[in-house]
Amino acid sequence: MTTPSNLKYTKSDEWFDPATGAVGITDYAQGQLSDIVFIEILVDEGEEVTVGKAIASVESVKASSEIYAPAAGKVSAVNKALTEKPETLNSDPYGEAWMIKIEGGAAGEVMDAAGYEKYCEGRAH
Amino acid sequence: MANIIEPTIFELSSPGRRGVKMPASDVPVTALPPKDLLRSELPLPELAEVDVVRHYMKLSKFNYSVDDGFYPLGSCTMKYNPKINEDTCRLPGFLFTHPLQPIETVQGNLALMFEMQEWLKEISGFAGVTLQPAAGAHGEFTGVLMMAAYHKLRGDTKRTKMLIPDAAHGTNPASVGMLGMQVVTIPSDDRGNVDLEKLKAACDDTVVGMMLTNPNTLGMFDENIEKVVNMVKDCGGLMYGDGANLNALLGIVRPGDLGFDVMHFNLHKTFSVPHGGGGPGSGPVGVSQRLVDFLPSPLIGIVEEGDADTAPLYGFVSPKNTIGRMKAFHGHFGGGLVRSYTYIAMHGPDGLKDISQYAVLNANYLQARLRDTYHIPYDRICMHEFVMEGRFEGSDIRALDISKRLMDYNFHPPTNYFPLIVSEALMIEPTETENKDTLDRFADALIKIAEEAKTQPELLHNAPSTTQFGRMDEVKAARELVLCCWLPENYEQMT
Amino acid sequence: MTYIPISPAERDAMLKTVGVKSLDDLFDAIPKKHRFPELNLPAALTEMEAAAHLSEMASSNENVREHLISFLGAGAYHHYVPSVVDHMLRRGEFYTAYTPYQPEISQGTLQAIFEYQSLMTNLTGMEVSNASHYDGATATAEAVNLAYAQYRGKRKKIVMSPTVNPQYREVIRTYSQGMGLEEAGDDPTQTEVTPEAMIAHIDESTMLVVVQYPDFFGRIFDYTKLINAAHEKGALVCVVANPTALLMLKTPGDMGADIVVGEAQPFGIPLWYGGPYLGFFTTKKSYVHKMAGRLIGETVDSRGNRSYVLTLTAREQHIKRERATSNICTNQGLLALGCSVYMSVLGKQGLQEVANLCYQKAHYAAAELSKIDGFGLCHTEPFFHEFVLCCSKPASEVNQYLLDNGILGGYDLGKDYPDMQNHLLVCVTEMNSKDEIDTLVEILKEM
Repeated sequence: MTTPSNLKYTKSDEWFDPATGAVGITDYAQGQLSDIVFIEILVDEGEEVTVGKAIASVESVKASSEIYAPAAGKVSAVNKALTEKPETLNSDPYGEAWMIKIEGGAAGEVMDAAGYEKYCEGRAH
Repeated sequence: MANIIEPTIFELSSPGRRGVKMPASDVPVTALPPKDLLRSELPLPELAEVDVVRHYMKLSKFNYSVDDGFYPLGSCTMKYNPKINEDTCRLPGFLFTHPLQPIETVQGNLALMFEMQEWLKEISGFAGVTLQPAAGAHGEFTGVLMMAAYHKLRGDTKRTKMLIPDAAHGTNPASVGMLGMQVVTIPSDDRGNVDLEKLKAACDDTVVGMMLTNPNTLGMFDENIEKVVNMVKDCGGLMYGDGANLNALLGIVRPGDLGFDVMHFNLHKTFSVPHGGGGPGSGPVGVSQRLVDFLPSPLIGIVEEGDADTAPLYGFVSPKNTIGRMKAFHGHFGGGLVRSYTYIAMHGPDGLKDISQYAVLNANYLQARLRDTYHIPYDRICMHEFVMEGRFEGSDIRALDISKRLMDYNFHPPTNYFPLIVSEALMIEPTETENKDTLDRFADALIKIAEEAKTQPELLHNAPSTTQFGRMDEVKAARELVLCCWLPENYEQMT
Repeated sequence: MTYIPISPAERDAMLKTVGVKSLDDLFDAIPKKHRFPELNLPAALTEMEAAAHLSEMASSNENVREHLISFLGAGAYHHYVPSVVDHMLRRGEFYTAYTPYQPEISQGTLQAIFEYQSLMTNLTGMEVSNASHYDGATATAEAVNLAYAQYRGKRKKIVMSPTVNPQYREVIRTYSQGMGLEEAGDDPTQTEVTPEAMIAHIDESTMLVVVQYPDFFGRIFDYTKLINAAHEKGALVCVVANPTALLMLKTPGDMGADIVVGEAQPFGIPLWYGGPYLGFFTTKKSYVHKMAGRLIGETVDSRGNRSYVLTLTAREQHIKRERATSNICTNQGLLALGCSVYMSVLGKQGLQEVANLCYQKAHYAAAELSKIDGFGLCHTEPFFHEFVLCCSKPASEVNQYLLDNGILGGYDLGKDYPDMQNHLLVCVTEMNSKDEIDTLVEILKEM
């Protein structure tokens, strides 16, 4: 499991890049979901989002999950290419598989990389 | 290229080959509609009758079925389907009656449906029954619509929350989602009952009601059922019973007597409508007095009373505040109601009680035989099914591996990974139509598999090995999405 | 104890293993005052008695094979079902199997449904078919669910023609009670309505347009213009189609339809007093993730064999729960198999013969009936095997007279359309001989 140190993390397994406003799901989350076959982004460019709003819906071969906004603000970009290649959520969750960018907003309750790693360890059964 | 064990019906086609022919027309010829209204080609297979028969015979042999052997799929009630039902539902008087015929010409059908409504009311303790819903989920949607309509008519518009235990079937929240209500999940306690403290905290004047499967999907009858029902009712909510597990309750207890307001029946589980490889089912719904006016329309009623010499005239009636129509026509009459009617008629009150008593005995017997080998997280007297964990300390064997290995012993696996509150769940429902020898062979196989998990885990990882097909690549199916085929000559233009 | 294979001695041994004394002791968790109710039901019948009882009930009906000549359709159709169909449906391997959740031992069901999906896409000219819905009405309601999910509730208007089957329109209303939909177009006084008239109702808030093909009055329209107009406003179009008519007519897929649904009962399923039937649902590949219902996809197994599995299951209720498009979990598996066998054993040419016989006989009947004084064809548009007959008397009177003469007349349109009290929807299929049609004409002449 990788956890880049420049990102912030939520308990519902989203990552948030304070520098760019980009949002995605973590390596841990993609591993739990396994093979992802579908993503629908539920917000449009220019839309205002609040912390905790559902911004995307992801389906894998055996699971389904909603992705929530880790920060409030205006959606400045939507990664439309991702919906054509949902498998990149598995192969490159922190890179090519960003979902949206949120501009100028304040993050909700987030953890740093070390905190998130600890949190994930605690969930292993 | 993949090996092809049986070509598709399209691949078997040969241009010009004929199957069943239709007679020549006996009327003067009329010109066809203008060409721009006609289709240019009809790309469908061309085969002889023998080709068709051999194809489907071959396919049938790829299936495992109740007629082949033990099928202990939890919450699905895969009991033996009596053969007589197959004959009664195909009587010409049933097969060849049109749903829009005048009621005077179909009194046999209507009498059967009226009696079926009465019987289901008696079995469940409800005041009204609709036979219209086509399946369990459809019945559930019907029930939730009635609950919403009840509150709406009373002007009680702030009720938007449905309480659903964590062990519930996915259809419960999905039905609620179709109406835009919010789901509030209620956890189970350590005996597999609804957690009363958590329930109490959730009960307020925004509650539509609660959807409870009882016995629940752990196979447990809720020991506090009366308290649960009272709590929901005290806050003004309605009580929905998911009838998926009714096979445990025939002649044992009536959900209506326990205070439930709505329940759907699964005729394809409890009352021996065969599952048909995934349907058709049949999902009548029973309701308490306060919901009878909301039932779907039409119901079957007596439109002219009879007397000593004449039978009553049966027909259609519409409840006062009906939620409307759930499907075209009157429900799954032929393939559903006639089969179940036959089944209930052949059991009578004592026979129905036998069904549930032996279903519960068989489940408890298997549970007792497996208790020392598999961990049973909620271990008490179960009802018609129980849930155990398909995993072992210090082993990477999972419920899926055990399930696949059972196929090598010629058993259908139990339901796996459900309910979600048990990790590596294996949910076992033997039903009443299995004998002791079968149950013993099944228990022996599971005990042997537990041993294999320790000594030869690769047998489980690679299972099944004796079946005609091995494990499927589900990722390939979902990523490549090949969802249909075409005639060989059309492949190029279609792909 | 009818089907319980356990002897008293075995029962006692099992009770001992469980650790209880009697069967009744297994039910201590149940509140005592409600335990073991006396059920007031008739005493059990033996198989022989049940067979006789059910025979008696069935024969108290007048059926369209032995007693009545039928010209009734309106959503359920009397067609010939080749013998092979029921022989295959009676295979226990098919009808006593469950949903194919374990693909290694369910390839029969899986391949059969994959073939059913293929037959339906080829018939409708669409890209994807699911494994079926309860019936034509609920399949149409699922089209509304798809459109609602596709626009995530941001569009809420549905434009529906009054010439969609009245029961289907009712079911859509029941299903959509929680959506807060706005409705337009469905005015049952507009009995001459054309596709062009529907276009006026379509705007930027429209999520779905629903039309029927041929429409409920039997009329055939090319919906291409309507569909283009809907697409310009960003709305989806659902065409409710009769499968027998599709054997002859231009496909809705060719017209550009987004969703094609309908009742496949005419393909090998008996009238059975209204059910169970078979709702087919086809769409474009781009909407597959919003489509409800089961779906079979091709794959390979671990030994390299081509095989089939349930796919995209994460769309469905058991995983997606309250976020699923629909709560549906069953399909009409066995009847989808019956439909496939029907289509296969008639084959392309046999099916074309069925369609042609329906068309020819219906047109002969229409021509002869319209020659009778006081009767006439209501519409001038092309039709397939159903048409509206205008009568000089109320349709209910005409039907009663016909019934007294052993004929099941047409559907009384006055039940659903207030201005059509004197209108009968007449259906003619390959089951109606020229003699039967001539008899109908003679009786109406006498009336």
